Formats: sequence, structure tokens, C-alpha cells
Amino acid sequence: MPWTKIQADDSRGRVRFGGGERPERELSYREAIREALSQAIETDDRVFLIGEGIDDPGGVFGTTAGLRERFGAGRVMDSPIAENGMTGVAIGAAMTGMRPVFIHMRVDFLPMCMDQIINHAAKWSYMTGGRVKVPLTIRAVIGRGWGSAAQHSQSLQALFAHIPGLKVVMPASPYDAKGLLLGSIAGDGPTVVIEHRWLYDQKEGVPEGPYVIHAGKGAIRREGTDVTIAATSYMVYEALRAASELEGEGISAEVVDIRSVQPLDEGLIVGSVKKTGRLIVADTGWKVCGVSAEVAAVASEYAHDALKAPVKRICLPAAPTPASVSLEKAYYPGIEAIVRAAKGMV
Amino acid sequence: MRNDLSKDALKRLYAVMLTIRRFEERVVSLYPEQEMKCPVHLCIGQEAIAAGVCAHLGTEDYIFSTHRSHGHCIAKGMDLKPIAAELYGRSDGCSRGRGGSMHLADPEHGIPGTSAIVGGCIPLAVGAGLSSVMQGHARVSVAFFGDGAADEGTFHESLNFASLKKLPVVFVCEDNYYATNSPRSARQPDIPIAEKGRGYAIPGITVDGNDVLLVHQAAEEAVMRARSGGGPTLLEFTTYRWKAHVGPNSDIDEGCRPAGAHERWLKKCPLEMFQRYLLEHAAVSAEELERISVRVDREIDEAVVFGKNSPYPDASELTEYV
Repeated sequence: MPWTKIQADDSRGRVRFGGGERPERELSYREAIREALSQAIETDDRVFLIGEGIDDPGGVFGTTAGLRERFGAGRVMDSPIAENGMTGVAIGAAMTGMRPVFIHMRVDFLPMCMDQIINHAAKWSYMTGGRVKVPLTIRAVIGRGWGSAAQHSQSLQALFAHIPGLKVVMPASPYDAKGLLLGSIAGDGPTVVIEHRWLYDQKEGVPEGPYVIHAGKGAIRREGTDVTIAATSYMVYEALRAASELEGEGISAEVVDIRSVQPLDEGLIVGSVKKTGRLIVADTGWKVCGVSAEVAAVASEYAHDALKAPVKRICLPAAPTPASVSLEKAYYPGIEAIVRAAKGMV
Repeated sequence: MRNDLSKDALKRLYAVMLTIRRFEERVVSLYPEQEMKCPVHLCIGQEAIAAGVCAHLGTEDYIFSTHRSHGHCIAKGMDLKPIAAELYGRSDGCSRGRGGSMHLADPEHGIPGTSAIVGGCIPLAVGAGLSSVMQGHARVSVAFFGDGAADEGTFHESLNFASLKKLPVVFVCEDNYYATNSPRSARQPDIPIAEKGRGYAIPGITVDGNDVLLVHQAAEEAVMRARSGGGPTLLEFTTYRWKAHVGPNSDIDEGCRPAGAHERWLKKCPLEMFQRYLLEHAAVSAEELERISVRVDREIDEAVVFGKNSPYPDASELTEYV
């Protein structure tokens, strides 16, 4: 299918996060995820992968390719297309000693599992007074472009972030993809890891050994003094490109990679806003009751006095994703919208 | 009626059924005090199923249950004290006051928990069965659910996967003919729920769920099949709930269910039937039954005192265990 070959617009150049302390070896986002999964399976007998089609030759955009051949169908398990029931199966396994990773090729399939995720996985620890934990990782992918349309491209992070008991992370970089995934698998509760289809070819230095990044920590991707751009997932790249452009116009933008939507790193966001006095939130999801609303509220609650201008939000308009390329282009905001917003504030 | 059970085994079954009955009756009598501040879904009239099934399970085996779970948890060996304390919302409750009657749990007794979403626990039981196979032990996982859950997708999805992987799961449907007040005839085509197993290559059988010896026999075969790698079984036990869907009262006067059927089922009391059997065919004396009764009442007395005396969780702990 041609649309699986469409990549992020590379014309503006890839953004690399690698700092001086990072090793030279580079991995793509997909390779980093595959390495995390391999290392989790190798080092922990309790870990197994399950999901519809995860052992097919494509291997969920390459993230599981070859893993069944390497670890066997007992650890890398194809699944019936029964999203809610199979989520329950994964939860039941998690509460009785296993650490499943349930993999979905699209976030859009998770609404099928809402009963098990919201009513069961998220609440079990609390309902049992902490006596029964659900160490479950759910991976799901945001699609975009080539007419993916309304049911193959949603960014539903806000739905999950709303539910106490769930963690939600959105790695933007290969380093984070590996660390957040391993952190999720090592954790004691359910975590939804939301990946973005357009990030799989991003590369950066990734340590060879296993390491964990726990949910709850954001990251400063670029320091600046005039405006904070807090972004999720793919929008981090748009924010970084916008920051480069703004620099040429004398505006110094700080880019915060939100990275963990639930829990949100409120301290990092508030600290940055107090420094810059201005906030733009760029999210891959919808605006209404979305992640951007939460981030804006945090700024309003804890950094109100520092704000020199109203918060701006760069998000999806209140419509399902269209299929037509002309409408798609209008649907997704990016660098231009961020630059325009920043110029209007400073 | 089978007659190969030892007298001790029979007396144990009776004690479990009586404990469930008396505990539930105690809830009925205490509920008007309004100290148990949570909805209660009572299983009076259905005790034989919990007792007959759990008789085959060890502490390590798993059960998963529903909003109507008191009986299952008692039959699985849970102490009455943390159950009572949980109903009173106290910190010594099995779920530390976070769950209430609908969310009893006791992992040390193989009870990872109970769900108040109809059909919600069935796939969890299948997951525990998968866990059992992956970890290489022979723990059997039992899913208790009602006929209402057989309406749900999770029921079918669970049967499908358990059969596909030949998991050590026993599906136990307590068919009391009603989902809240909706009769099964309004919700499902008129075939036994057990027959739905056939579509998934799972053996299914419909058994009189008020006859504990028949329950015991059917469950024995199913648990043995599961434990020996023979895969899942779907057991449908026909029974009847004496009380309303929720709460301590009857719903018959409110017209929720027909009075005639209710009267007929009351005459099929699982406890009385079994008691008669023990006295007439198993050489158990009235004195022996009385001793069991005294012990059961004492345990319930102690549990209620324990529950009422346990402290409430402190408000400062509100967000612990999330």
C-alpha cells in the first residue's frame, strides 16, 4: 500500500535531539521500540506481546518485525480481533503475574476497549485497596495523511488522560520511545503509550542497554526566553521548526516536549512559562477538552501572574479527519500556525 | 444423586452453603440500620453453585466474579471479617473500604477481584488462565457470571479465545433468568446458554443449579478438564434469585417478576433440599447440622462486630492506591 510509505515531510530536515552525552549509535524510532520490546522479553519472563497482526511481516510499522521468529508465538502472540475482550484477557494476565504489552496499529481501535481500560484496568488497584495491580502496557499508533480519514487517524490521548489510574505517554523521540516503553512495562499500573506514525523514521542516539523513563517527566527540547511552546508527539517537531524560524525573526522560543500527558509535568511547564511569560500549546489532538486545555489551565492556575499574553492553542479543529488531500492540508496545523501565534504574542 | 462423597465433604459443602445463606440473611437484617452504606446484590437461593464449584478449587486457583459475589468469595475460602468490614466501608475491609460490596477481592485466596460491569470479569478470568499456562502451573481459573453476561460481547470473545488456546478456564453461568428485571426471553433466543459453547468448540452442559450434588459433579469434570490441559468448559446452572436485583427486599410485590414462579422456586430451596438429603441419605444427624449452624452463626457474629469496630479510612488517604 502506498500510504504506508508516506513519511513525514523531510524537506525541512530532521530534528535530532541527541545531546553531547548521548552515544553515537543511532536508532530510528521504530528500531528503538523494537529494541525495547526485545530487551523486555529477554530480561523478564513475565513480559509478552499480544495484538492483532503483530507477527505479520510488516510487524506494526516494523516495531515488532522479527520478534515472533526470535521469541516464539508464546511471547509474541497474534490475537483475535476482539479488542475489548482481549484487553480483558491482557488485564487478567497482568493481575496474575504477567506483564503484557497489548499492541494496536491505530489509536482508533481503542474505543472498542474502553470498558476494559476505563472500568477495569484503570480502577482495579483502587477498587482492591492497592492489593491487585495491573501492570499493562497498551501501545497504539496515531495515523496521518494519505486519506487516512476519520477512523484511522485520531489522537485520543485526552480521553485516556482524563481517567484516574491510567498513565498516558507520547514519546516524540527514539530515545524517549525506548525509555518510556520500558518504563511503562516495568511499572505497576496500566499505561497507554501513544506513538505517531510519522515519527517512525526519526533517528537519534539511543543507548544500547535497557533504561527506563518514568511517566510524569517532560523535557525541554530547546531553551528560549520569549515564548514557551509546549507540544505533544509529532507537534514537538513542528514546534522546533517554528522555533528555528522565529529565531530568525528575533523571537527566542523555548520548546517543551510534554512527553507524559498523565501525569503531566506541571512543574516543568509552569517553570518555563514563568521564565518566558507566554505560552503556546501545540497538540496533535482536538482543542475542546483536550490536552491543550489542561496545559493552558495549569498555566492559568500556577503561572497567572507571569503571563504577558493570552495562551494560544494550536490543535485540530472540531471536526473528524477528512480524507481529501485539500481538506487534510487545512485540517492539520503546523509550523506556520505556531509562528503566526508567536508573532502575535511577542 | 451421587453417593461417593465422604461425610466430611458433604458437611463441608453444607457449611459453605449455610454460611452464605446466613451471611446474606444477616445483611438483610442489618441493612436497615443504614450502616452498610453500599448497594448489596444478594445471592440467597443461588448458594449451591458457589459451594459446588469452589469445592474443587484450591487456594491458588482463581475465581472472578460479579456484583453478586458474596457467595463466591465465601465459598472460595475468604474470611468473613474482611468481607463484613468492606460492606461497612472500613479500613480493615478486604479492599480497604475502596471497593464496597461490589468489589470484594482477596488475592491471597485466589480472588483477584470482582467487577460490577456485566460480563466485565469473564475475559479477566481467561487472562488468568493464560497466565497460568504461561507460568507453567496448573491453576484453574473460574469465571462466575449471570445469564445477563451471556448477552455481552465479552462473553463470546472470552469463549473464543479460551477455546483457541485451550486455556484452563471454567465458565460458570448462574442462569437465574433475569438481568435486573429483564427476562432472558426478552434478550436471547430460546436456547440453553450452555449450547452457545458449541459454536466455540467448548463442551457445555445445563445443570440444576439448586442441587448442590449435581453442581458438584458437573464442576468436578470441568475443573479436571481444565487442570489436565483439556481446555475450557461452559457450565450453565439454572437457579433463581430470591431477593431483588439489588437491596435486601423482595421485588415480587413490585411486579418485577411473576409471583407464581417465585413461589415455585422457593419450594426448590437448595439448602433445604440438601439438608433433607444429608439427614435421610447420608447419615448426618440433626445434631451435627446444628453444630455447624451454631459455628456459622458465631463466625458471622464475630465478623459483624469486627466490621463495625474497624475504623473508617482516613480522608487523608483519599487518593492512595490509584
